[in-house]
Amino acid sequence: MTSQTNAPLPAVAVRNLEKTFVLHTQGGARLPVFAGLTLDVFPGECVALHGPSGAGKSTLLRSLYANYKPGSGQVLVRHDGGTVDMVSATPHQILAVRRHTMGYVSQFLRVIPRVSTLDIVAEPLITLGTAPEEARDRARALLTRLRIAERLWSLAPATFSGGEQQRVNIARGFSVPYPVLLLDEPTASLDAANRATVLELITEAKQRGAAVIGIFHDADARAAVADRLFDVLPVPSQAA
Amino acid sequence: MTMTPPAPLLRVEGLTHYYGSRLGCGDVSFDLYPGEVLGIVGESGSGKSTLLSCLSARQEPGGGRVLYQSRHDGEIDLYSVSEPRRRLLMRTEWGIVHQNPRDGLRMTVSAGANIGERLMAVGARHYGEIRDQAIDWLGRVEISDDRTDDLPRTFSGGMQQRLQIARNLVTQPRLVFMDEPTGGLDVSVQARLLDLLRGLVSSLGLSVIIVTHDLAVARLLAHRLMVMKEGRVVESGLTDQVLDDPHHPYTQLLVSSVLQV
Ligand SMILES: Nc1ncnc2c1ncn2[C@@H]1O[C@H](COP(=O)(O)OP(=O)(O)OP(=O)(O)O)[C@@H](O)[C@H]1O
Ligand SMILES: Nc1ncnc2c1ncn2[C@@H]1O[C@H](COP(=O)(O)OP(=O)(O)OP(=O)(O)O)[C@@H](O)[C@H]1O
Ligand SMILES: [Mg+2]
Ligand SMILES: [Mg+2]
Repeated sequence: MTSQTNAPLPAVAVRNLEKTFVLHTQGGARLPVFAGLTLDVFPGECVALHGPSGAGKSTLLRSLYANYKPGSGQVLVRHDGGTVDMVSATPHQILAVRRHTMGYVSQFLRVIPRVSTLDIVAEPLITLGTAPEEARDRARALLTRLRIAERLWSLAPATFSGGEQQRVNIARGFSVPYPVLLLDEPTASLDAANRATVLELITEAKQRGAAVIGIFHDADARAAVADRLFDVLPVPSQAA
Repeated sequence: MTMTPPAPLLRVEGLTHYYGSRLGCGDVSFDLYPGEVLGIVGESGSGKSTLLSCLSARQEPGGGRVLYQSRHDGEIDLYSVSEPRRRLLMRTEWGIVHQNPRDGLRMTVSAGANIGERLMAVGARHYGEIRDQAIDWLGRVEISDDRTDDLPRTFSGGMQQRLQIARNLVTQPRLVFMDEPTGGLDVSVQARLLDLLRGLVSSLGLSVIIVTHDLAVARLLAHRLMVMKEGRVVESGLTDQVLDDPHHPYTQLLVSSVLQV
């Protein structure tokens, strides 16, 4: 039933996505963030989300990952030979997409208490069935590349500096060769050498065919990896 | 290549229970898949323990069905099979970890016997093997083997709770119910127990239904959450969705009441 065409299919196709927060603890205030949002991202390209602070860039990224629940629209992700709509998928399907297809590097590491840095980075691979020692080898390689001192590997990152935590987070996000990568400010608060390493990792991911959607505060970083910009515009205020 | 999704281990349909005219839990439905951890959160009196009792064959519900995919006999309707059958299932395929270790342990026999008698209940007979397995499990829950012959009442609260977990897991259950397993313990003891649970759940591929009022515990252990209020499920979904983008007014209140989860 599959017809071979040369036109590539998007790895992620966003259709008419709408997100409004309703704040019940604040008198039911409605906070529309975006509506009618449509976007295609293809394998091997990097799209940078662009817009002023508060425009909804992180909200969009989280909605793609199904961390936030959009009110309507679709987020169609190519997964396991088919397509999954992250807006209407069951929790079970969403977890499968997150395990195999979609990686997300949040702006801040959410520390799992008392789990060592090495295990935090190796965990996504182990969950996919990679032998623990092989997963840890991959984790060691990434941590080395990201200049995390070896003496920190056996420690939980709770006490690490902001930049160290962010690099652990990045190492974890790049441990599995996900076909889709979502990156929220991956280069913020990193020094020049580490920023260059992260940009290299992103470029390598693109070269192996990953579709990358990122938020880059830093214009140079954006210019170095993004193939195009996607404007996220604040929804005009409802107030008269 | 397509991965066919496994069948749910548990299917719950319209589960309802009243105490007289007071609603315990009402119209609860969900599926639980193998290896999945489901958290139940909500305020005191919202029906969490009632629901857990109805799910785990300890309280016959007034309405609804609990369908369980058994190891050998296909899907079983929990409350339409005979009582002995249900008891056998509980013994061989399920575990129940109570908030109070006294409800889940036999306080008058040794730690080793607490584990060993569960093995005997599923047919183990060889004394040496039973004792070896008991000691192995004490080790896995970080109780040293020189405590094997001590009574549980000589243990601290955290150790008792770990012993209760070992007693439940030694028979290799597929589904474990836990009602506030870390409640009533010091914070540092709680933390250690949580680490242990996290490790066991992922290495054994257990399915777990865990009641907790602690959202941090839920964040750490549960893949999915159900939020209960006044006997009803008011919101459910992936744990991170429910905690990061809560929709129901009650869930928003619950999440905003704690500092950071
Ligand atoms: N969980 C949430 N609950 C309620 N409102 C939220 C939530 N997350 C984001 N918002 C709101 O949505 C709007 C968009 O926020 P978002 O974080 O997506 O902006 P951003 O474009 O990433 O900004 P920045 O560049 O500052 O990171 C803001 O008004 C924010 O307050
Ligand atoms: N055996 C019983 N007889 C009568 N009413 C009961 C009984 N058990 C519970 N209830 C009532 O049913 C409701 C739900 O109780 P349940 O114990 O399920 O709550 P819970 O969510 O577990 O609360 P907690 O967090 O305090 O343990 C409450 O109103 C309670 O008073
Ligand atoms: Mg942001
Ligand atoms: Mg209770």
